[in-house]
Amino acid sequence: MTPCFNEMFQNGDVRAPYAGLEGWSADMPADVRLAKQAEAEALFRRIGITFAVYGEGGDPDRLIPFDMFPRVFTGAEWAKLERGIKQRARALNAFLVDVYGRGEIVRAGRIPGKLVYQNEAYEKAVCGFIPPKGVYSHIVGVDIVRTGPGEFYVLEDNCRTPSGVSYMLESREMMMRMFPDLFRVNRIEPIDSYPDKLRRTLASVAPAKCDRDPTVVILTPGHFNSAYYEHSFLADLMGVELVEGQDLFVDGAFVYMRTTEGPKRVDVIYRRIDDAFIDPLCFRPDSMLGVAGLMDVYRSGGVSICSAPGAGVADDKAVYTYVPEMIRFYLGEEPILKNVPTWKCGEASDFKYVCENLGDLVVKEVHGSGGYGMLVGPKSTKQQIEDFRALIMADPGNYIAQPTLALSTTPTFVEEGIAPRHVDLRPYCLVGERIELVPGGLTRVALREGSLVVNSSQGGGVKDTWVLAE
Amino acid sequence: MLLNVDHTTLYRYDRPVRGVVQSHRLTPSRFDGQQVLDWAVTVSGGSMGGGFRDGAGDWVQGWTVAGPVTEIEVRVRGQVQTTDTAGILRGHKELVPPEAYLRASAATEPDEALRALAQILINAESPLAGSHALAEAISEAIAYKPGSTQAQTTAAQALAQGEGVCQDHAHAMIAAARAADVPARYVSGYLQSGADGGDHEAAHAWAELYLQGFGWIGFDPANRCCPDARYIRLGSGLDAQDAAPIRGISRGQGTEILSVAVAVQTQEQ
Repeated sequence: MTPCFNEMFQNGDVRAPYAGLEGWSADMPADVRLAKQAEAEALFRRIGITFAVYGEGGDPDRLIPFDMFPRVFTGAEWAKLERGIKQRARALNAFLVDVYGRGEIVRAGRIPGKLVYQNEAYEKAVCGFIPPKGVYSHIVGVDIVRTGPGEFYVLEDNCRTPSGVSYMLESREMMMRMFPDLFRVNRIEPIDSYPDKLRRTLASVAPAKCDRDPTVVILTPGHFNSAYYEHSFLADLMGVELVEGQDLFVDGAFVYMRTTEGPKRVDVIYRRIDDAFIDPLCFRPDSMLGVAGLMDVYRSGGVSICSAPGAGVADDKAVYTYVPEMIRFYLGEEPILKNVPTWKCGEASDFKYVCENLGDLVVKEVHGSGGYGMLVGPKSTKQQIEDFRALIMADPGNYIAQPTLALSTTPTFVEEGIAPRHVDLRPYCLVGERIELVPGGLTRVALREGSLVVNSSQGGGVKDTWVLAE
Repeated sequence: MLLNVDHTTLYRYDRPVRGVVQSHRLTPSRFDGQQVLDWAVTVSGGSMGGGFRDGAGDWVQGWTVAGPVTEIEVRVRGQVQTTDTAGILRGHKELVPPEAYLRASAATEPDEALRALAQILINAESPLAGSHALAEAISEAIAYKPGSTQAQTTAAQALAQGEGVCQDHAHAMIAAARAADVPARYVSGYLQSGADGGDHEAAHAWAELYLQGFGWIGFDPANRCCPDARYIRLGSGLDAQDAAPIRGISRGQGTEILSVAVAVQTQEQ
């Protein structure tokens, strides 16, 4: 594999954004480092932040390791990322409004109808509905990797309810608490406005029938959910109620929440439960997590649901390959951020290429997530490759393949001291009346040496992410 | 034909329930084959919720009833002028692309026997002839026998046991059509009671298949025909559950006892 890009060191020199960290890390005695690490872990445990990032499975009570070495972007690097992410969020939402409307992009032959309309995430029930402000996906989590100084690729989009943002906020909190000096020496863009921005975004998509300050709630599946901590954390920071399905009910044309002062009308529901569970009358009749009659209220404009039911059709791994096409089709622009070249095993020529080059490729299930059900060719044994080949042959349409990217590394505290480890980035783009994002995002780091899998279920950790003020 | 509908659904609970939420598809579709002259849906003690026309062209209406309550009556009364369009759903405005009806649902998952039936459609001279032949084959394969199946019976199960009601005929037709890559959906509605002496129920269901050049066409294997002026179309879905005229849920411990009375008669009689 080609040598990967080290975000701090280039040919023995320290890259500019990391200049403020060189002395800090080099001068830190081992015992101080260990003490700080123990302090960080104790703090994380005390506040109870122990959850898996969206769809990753695994033990919900496991603590995700926190690495104290920050990951740093220059203002200019971030400016480009920000433009690229906003562009993507606009295109994805335009796509969703389109495919639940006239489906112009399919009619124009720019994306196969089968991929969209036969997709499990396509919700016939919302066809013909345009949510307030034309937004289906209000929080778009875009997973980005870096391979060179100016080389960024989007790995996938998360249009439903991407999680992990509480880790972004807590990591910063932790760093400011443990290393206040760093924040005096370096000019780091703040991210603490995220909860306010999220609240404003949600309030901005209140339905037309709402004629007062909108009441926003977070709908959680409950405390057994792996991201429950994040649900309650965000509700706290936004100053909104955290509710479960049983706390809400439909009366006539509106949704109400039970409170000690009687029923209170709810205008915007930031739901952290899947489409299939939000209304037993419309989707899974056996669901106890949702609210009966919610979809009728939603469709008749009595309440807003974020993300809008049906948004998942935009973040499918097979649909992903068409996002650059969406950007050109809806915005008339060239994509600012590149997609990773992707081969669709369901297509004959791609299938042939994938079969001939399995050893060099990363193969993923179209609907899989969390680093499960995937093959990392260069890191696999002959037997593993052959086993996976059989899976692909049995159901080619279920797999896509990508080249193994040489993910960038950043210095990371490890047992022996400091060593480079691979990282990715998930910024959270908020889409309402305005499109905005706080500078940075969640950096995930593959703590195992040489590992490219940053998912927390596969031994990944998190870091604070800095964007330097220009 | 002028059809009068009187349809009462009575829900009784052995213990009071705290409340009931329902979602109705109880309003006749708008298309060339039917014109509503008069129509009213009432829910005893209910407040009318949000209503909207969905992407499939159906009018969906929410209702809630605040408890405690032990009995709820949903009554549908109306008059519809119908004309025979030979089963073709002409002049029906909808947005859901036909392709979205290629997806199987739990009730319409095809098995080997249903795939074998699909061959009739695949090997036919034309899709239209094939659809008629498929409907005929399903009439033959599943004998009409009330009470032989339940609401949860799947297409594959009904076909295996060789008996069923209109719901099972429609499910089997849909499952086989989708297996032949022809978009198909479940339609719920009414059928004129006993006019032809036939042994069918007035609350009825059939299948629609999407055929290039024709659009959606209804097939009623239970009665070996295509819907004509005796039929009133209410709404559609992937299967019976998805197209149900009334979907509801009650909060509370009470056990529900359901009784339904439907009469659909012509004015001329």
